[in-house]
Amino acid sequence: MPLQGEYMGMMLTVDDVDRENREFFSWCDKGEFRLQRSPESGLLRYPPTTACPWSTDREYEWVPVEGKGTVHSYVEVHHPIQPAFREKVPYMILLVDLDTQKGEPSEHEALRVAGNLVTADGEFVPPETIGSVGIGTRVRMVFSKVADGFSLPQWTVDEDAEQPEAPWRYPQE
Amino acid sequence: MTLSSVSDVDTSSPKHLRGRYAIAGVGETAYMRGSEYSTRSLATWAVKNAMEDAGLAPGDIDGMLSYSGNDSVFAPFVAGDLGIRLNFYMDVHGGGSSTEALIGIAIGVIEAGMCKTVAIFRSMNGYSQVRIGGTGARSAVPINGDQIHHRAYGWQSAGQMFAPTFLRHMYDYGTTPEQVAAVKVAHSKHASNNPKAYYKNRLTVDDVVGSRIICKPLHLLDCCVETDNATCVIVTRLDRARDCRNPPAVIQSVVGRCCKPRIDMHYQHGPISTVAGHYAKDILFPNAGVTPEDIDLTGSYDAFTFTTMLQLEDYGFCKKGEGGDYVSSGIIELGGKRPNNTSGGHLCEGYTHGMNMVIENTRQLRGQVDDSCPVGPDGRKQHTYDYSEGGCRQVKDVELTANLGWAMPGTGSAMIMTKDAR
Repeated sequence: MPLQGEYMGMMLTVDDVDRENREFFSWCDKGEFRLQRSPESGLLRYPPTTACPWSTDREYEWVPVEGKGTVHSYVEVHHPIQPAFREKVPYMILLVDLDTQKGEPSEHEALRVAGNLVTADGEFVPPETIGSVGIGTRVRMVFSKVADGFSLPQWTVDEDAEQPEAPWRYPQE
Repeated sequence: MTLSSVSDVDTSSPKHLRGRYAIAGVGETAYMRGSEYSTRSLATWAVKNAMEDAGLAPGDIDGMLSYSGNDSVFAPFVAGDLGIRLNFYMDVHGGGSSTEALIGIAIGVIEAGMCKTVAIFRSMNGYSQVRIGGTGARSAVPINGDQIHHRAYGWQSAGQMFAPTFLRHMYDYGTTPEQVAAVKVAHSKHASNNPKAYYKNRLTVDDVVGSRIICKPLHLLDCCVETDNATCVIVTRLDRARDCRNPPAVIQSVVGRCCKPRIDMHYQHGPISTVAGHYAKDILFPNAGVTPEDIDLTGSYDAFTFTTMLQLEDYGFCKKGEGGDYVSSGIIELGGKRPNNTSGGHLCEGYTHGMNMVIENTRQLRGQVDDSCPVGPDGRKQHTYDYSEGGCRQVKDVELTANLGWAMPGTGSAMIMTKDAR
């Protein structure tokens, strides 16, 4: 049986043969963020892929990774494309540098994990929260359920972290 | 452990095809919304116009290439409609950055002896059928596997997908919305001197930054126009092109779909404010034997104002980080040192996934841009070089042009053309 569920008005499907994505989203549904690590290079990668780009190693193990990081860049959508997002604008997509493996294996590389900015309960945030989040904001991972055995990683502001005084925001505000 | 050496490009191989091939003919349909033509009909119209421009008969064309995202027509149908018997054809998947890549493929298959003259077309009802902005049919398709990592988050359209690059450039280098808006201002001026442009009205920086936000940092007027149209270029060996009706635009070098590492999720590999041109330039300029300083005219892809700026910067027309200054300095306007997209490009003339910018540079090299200047008794345009509204858009003494195609921050194509020295 493929992993399948309707989420935000969209039918999301992970085929049986798509082992890498299937395992990734299944771990998310257990409340665990795991990434593939190549035994040969010892490096983690995101999103799920079929080989390690640093060692061509096809073997991998799923390693638990702390879902904490810093906003590297973002998208703030005011004109939605998919119909179900019309009720959610403005909404944010965050591109987050995980603390784990940041700056490895070279200076500008990082595990940059995407997700919407949501509340700790996984709801889309109100506009005033959006206005306070930008490049530099510290965030932690939460999960949104799609179906049994299938959840998506999302991001929420890390209440326990030390936050920058003024995270960088698009200047014309 | 061996780290991959993906940043290395081969610039040592012989440049023996430099100056051997040419664009022999160009053609397009009108730039429309609500065309009421099929993509097959539009393609036939554009290919026929390019054949007439080159003075070629159906029997002179024996190769055909097209590109699309399942929104077009197969090349052999168009060939059949026009009575062209093909020795080679291929329809490839892809959008922006395909034009230059397919020109390179055409050179390769002719060089291999597979055919002798190739018509390359892009036909699309980008407004009335499969909308380029991603609304309608494109937003309704099922989402499978790898796509879940972006589309499930409402991260889907081109503007949404590229926005992290654009914002990060502002963060890294202090680039301002007003600087980037200057790209639209310049291209709108150029379009006002282009009778076939879809949008001919001149705009100001305030018009652009005052228009509504689509997704930050993109205002409505930072985004290209959606139109219905087809475009065509014909590629053949220079000696054959010299027998054609119009002067050939000689191909000096070409780069096809050059990539940053890991384009399935290129944001993993920073700096994310750097785009594929950073790699492509090391093929483009050495193969042509010229530098950015030598280029008279650029065609930097303007799906968005930002894409023009980012590419001009990463191809080395200015220092890294100074793209905002470069595009707002007047350099890229007609009358400036190195105008960009003199037809108005995708922001104003019409959206064709890159091909209209190659058509424009071909006409510029001929000195025969289709502006409002009068036609002399010899049938040639009498250009005034007065670039005020409704006037001329021919650049004086164009010798070298560069096209910089864009698919996404992680993938680009490029081409340098010159006048025939003969």
